[in-house]
Amino acid sequence: MDKRIRVLVAKPGLDGHDRGAKIVARALRDAGMEVIYTGLRQTPEQIAVAALQEDVDAIGISILSGAHNTIVPRICELLRRQQMDDVLVIVGGIIPNEDIPGLKQAGVAEVFQPGASTQEIVRFIRERAQQRVREEG
Amino acid sequence: MNTSRRAVTGIEVEPVAAEVPASKKAHPSTPPENERSRTAAVEARWQKETLAPALSRSPERQETFTTLSGVPIHRLYTSADLAGFDYDRDLAPPGQFPYTRGIHETMYRGKLWTMRQFSGYGTPEDTNRRLHYLLAQGQTGLSIAFDLPTLMGYDSDHPIAEGEVGKCGVAISSLADMEALLAGLPLEKVTASMTINSPAAMIWAMYLVVAEKQGADWKKISGTTQNDILKEYIAQKEYIFPPVPSMRLVVDTITFAARELPRWNPISISGYHIREAGSTAVQELAFTLRDAIEYVEWVKRAGMSVDEFAPRLSFFFNAHNDLFEEIAKYRAARKVWAHVMRERFEARNPRSSMCRFHTQTAGCSLTAQQPYNNVVRTTIQALAAVLGGTQSLHTNSLDEAWALPTEQAATLALRTQQVIAHESGVINTADPLGGSYFLEALTLETERACYEYFDKIDALGGMVPAIEKGFPQKEIHDAAYTYQRQLERKEKLIVGVNTLVGEEERPIEILVIDENAARRQHQHLATLRQSRDNARVQSSLEALGSAAATDTNLMPYLLECVRAYVTLGEMCDVLRRVFGTYEEPAFR
Repeated sequence: MDKRIRVLVAKPGLDGHDRGAKIVARALRDAGMEVIYTGLRQTPEQIAVAALQEDVDAIGISILSGAHNTIVPRICELLRRQQMDDVLVIVGGIIPNEDIPGLKQAGVAEVFQPGASTQEIVRFIRERAQQRVREEG
Repeated sequence: MNTSRRAVTGIEVEPVAAEVPASKKAHPSTPPENERSRTAAVEARWQKETLAPALSRSPERQETFTTLSGVPIHRLYTSADLAGFDYDRDLAPPGQFPYTRGIHETMYRGKLWTMRQFSGYGTPEDTNRRLHYLLAQGQTGLSIAFDLPTLMGYDSDHPIAEGEVGKCGVAISSLADMEALLAGLPLEKVTASMTINSPAAMIWAMYLVVAEKQGADWKKISGTTQNDILKEYIAQKEYIFPPVPSMRLVVDTITFAARELPRWNPISISGYHIREAGSTAVQELAFTLRDAIEYVEWVKRAGMSVDEFAPRLSFFFNAHNDLFEEIAKYRAARKVWAHVMRERFEARNPRSSMCRFHTQTAGCSLTAQQPYNNVVRTTIQALAAVLGGTQSLHTNSLDEAWALPTEQAATLALRTQQVIAHESGVINTADPLGGSYFLEALTLETERACYEYFDKIDALGGMVPAIEKGFPQKEIHDAAYTYQRQLERKEKLIVGVNTLVGEEERPIEILVIDENAARRQHQHLATLRQSRDNARVQSSLEALGSAAATDTNLMPYLLECVRAYVTLGEMCDVLRRVFGTYEEPAFR
């Protein structure tokens, strides 16, 4: 039996817009994953610690404030330092196309822009995080 | 009715002609009972003899047709849908209780709505330039957007502000920044709305000191501070302190305004953000008005009589895509608020019962895909607000699903309002859709559903207890999730997103905000902290801290801090120590 995929849904920075993050969290739960939602205004350090403590397979970062180019690479760097670079990192929110290559270079697997469906996100995490789950167990 | 208005307001009112013009007498606007049953009979026959065969030849495209919010809509509305409807009770003319048709007698024939475009980004100088530009393009009021560090009561050089300075709005850390923001703007002549909540009292104090230094008379200046903390806990989530001390700050600003700034609107009780978080139209209306009831109760408890402050309460609604649902919402808002003020709070001044509101078109409806479609959406939404009788309007720009608006996009957004005002003709008469069977039925239904929510929240002990129990937050999240599922099942459509999806997207130019604002802020703050009278800073902060621990009005203490060039973060840090900070209950 496949161990359930564990996902951290994180809201970094000062942004308080959590409509999307909560919808994604609920959709992932409905799809059978275990979801931990960090709550608002988490620092990159708090997110990295939560990821480690909760032993997650994937992290979904939700950010709409325009601070993603500073905050997201910092989170990825902290994950690397914790030897968690095999954890799947995805980002959702207001992310201009121009910024996507930079985020992917920093370690983000995929960026989900406005209009993305929860099913796309579920499928993506299932396919990509499933590998880590199998390798672990 | 008119005699009592004159007596209460002390304002000379033109006596209304005793004679009702013949043309009015000839058109009764309340369908009498026998007419309604005749219509019902005609409709029943139509359904059997005309409609049924038509449906069997050509069924309707869907099982049910609902508004954006999910309210079922009939295929036809007639007078039969308005049983019990009474023109004088349910509508009345504009400017007359219960104000369903509008709060002003002449509506836009007398004065157009204020065209007030929400703006702000980067440095105070950047935003000052955009404000001047928009005024030159014909906007008639200012509206200022602040960046996240400012909204959360942090100075631009706080570590937590890294990456965020100037990105969502203008960075304002001190009086010096506010002076730069408002350079060249005569505050006795222009009105400014400031979208600021947790630190509203501090930012307002900065504005007031700029006015003071300009030599402007506080009794003459006008503007609005959003200052609606309850909706922060419910929807926008830009809270700092816990609910009770936050309400104290709101009460302080309302009482200070009532005494010192008779033309200022100290609060803009908002549904916009509630709707943006995913609520239905009814939830937007009900939670907004119930928040308002809560504020009135708190200010009354502080010792003011309702008529001393209620005339300056203002409101802020969303304008979403479903045209009629929105217009019904605004009309129901006016009617419900009028009754609440007169019956629940025994207001005597008619102006206490008027729901004056600003509207913003729905940001959450804008798409990243095929962004030019957003111009069409914004137009429909703006039209809803105008047909709904708004006092003030912001129209979104086409590029706002991507970034803050470019100058060109912001200009087109403003032109949208101007074309509606000057070319569409809808301004020629008050409440032009009044009397539509559909609209009147929908307005009554919205009103009924609003009162249902009032009962639920009253049963929970009021809005503050309801928030602590997570009630409005859960309603909103459930509505948002329901809508998302409808979209993914294509039960609700968005052009360019889940239908008529383009093959390739042509990228549009978007506004990029670099770290220049952060650099400017760091430099200016470093200089400020060195060059100001730091002894005065310390003593004014100490006085603020002591006052905060009592129940004295904090506005004079904040004003004193601001005059000493105390920074926003410094004031908020003192209050964080005295009031504590708030964290919302976990989401399960």
